[in-house]
Amino acid sequence: MSTQRYVARAANVAARMIGGEMMIMSGSDSSLYSLNETASILWQAADGVTPLAQIVEQHICADYAVDAATALRDAEELAEELARQGILVLSDAPLPDSRPPAKASA
Amino acid sequence: MTGAAANGRVDICIGGVTVGVRSSDAGFRRLLEHRYAGFVEFGASPDYEFEVELTQPHEGSADDDVRVYRSNGLWLLERGDFRAEWDPATRRGRIRQSANPYSIDTVLRIVHTLVLAREGGFLLHAASAVRNGRAFVFSGVSGAGKTTLARLAPPDADVLTDEISYVRKEAGGYYAYGTPFAGELARVGANLRAPLDTIYLLAQGAENRVSDVGKAEAARGILANMLFFAEDAELVRAVFLSALDLVEHVPVLRLTFRPEAAAWDLIR
Repeated sequence: MSTQRYVARAANVAARMIGGEMMIMSGSDSSLYSLNETASILWQAADGVTPLAQIVEQHICADYAVDAATALRDAEELAEELARQGILVLSDAPLPDSRPPAKASA
Repeated sequence: MTGAAANGRVDICIGGVTVGVRSSDAGFRRLLEHRYAGFVEFGASPDYEFEVELTQPHEGSADDDVRVYRSNGLWLLERGDFRAEWDPATRRGRIRQSANPYSIDTVLRIVHTLVLAREGGFLLHAASAVRNGRAFVFSGVSGAGKTTLARLAPPDADVLTDEISYVRKEAGGYYAYGTPFAGELARVGANLRAPLDTIYLLAQGAENRVSDVGKAEAARGILANMLFFAEDAELVRAVFLSALDLVEHVPVLRLTFRPEAAAWDLIR
């Protein structure tokens, strides 16, 4: 049985939805990211306290024809990639102190 | 000694922000007055003031990377050919450089980017011009055609710059200002201010045409051409959000053009 994982937005980023795209800028190195639809869903739901599996079930499986195990595996890979880029924090424990950045997604 | 430099200081007003540059070297002050002609204020009370210490010209290279960062409450601005520190609390600073105009030019650009970042404004790699009382900005990387378009401007258009455009967010919306920051045109811009009508992302092509640009693509285009140097997460975020705000409030279009005066028929 896999461990619950949690995702939170990194502190040093700014993000806003514009023209249907979630655009994110890293404050630490000025890198610009544009998320696809699934990544945007994950980003917007990344509150640090909702388990990733629950986010997938509520926001991805409900809207996309994909089984829960596949969706969770894909979401974990995506979260790990975004964490490597420094714009998301991935943890095995809840991150209750993490807050969305100021003026986050519109 | 001229009036502007009578007190050992040359006051350079760009975008409504006056930076006083103090130097004991009369030749350097004359260089500043010449380079920033049209933007030198007389009897001004500068918003910011720098004391320049001139060094020998062989120290460091202008080809090195710029670093702008904060340390102990001061902004430090560094490149091979200059080193400056600036206290944002007192609004005063010092610059150590040779009498090279490119060094002071870069320091001024950096200072303005830092000032504007907190106000929703920015400097953009772009030519700009005022026509019929409205400002048009033409943004693009080196070689995109900024200087070409500026050179082709019709008589009824006032060129604000062929290289670095100055955009401020004010109570009535966004405004573009002229700058003395020249590119290949090697001519300071008109010292004018006008409400920003449209930003064009430049592309050279086989015909002259204007096409729509999605907001996300527009934001990427603006961000790619924005001047910002500071290693400061808070300001980076502010500049990012300013660019997106601009895209929400000012039309951004793509201008594909041939290097001919007829391209300006599309700019009205």
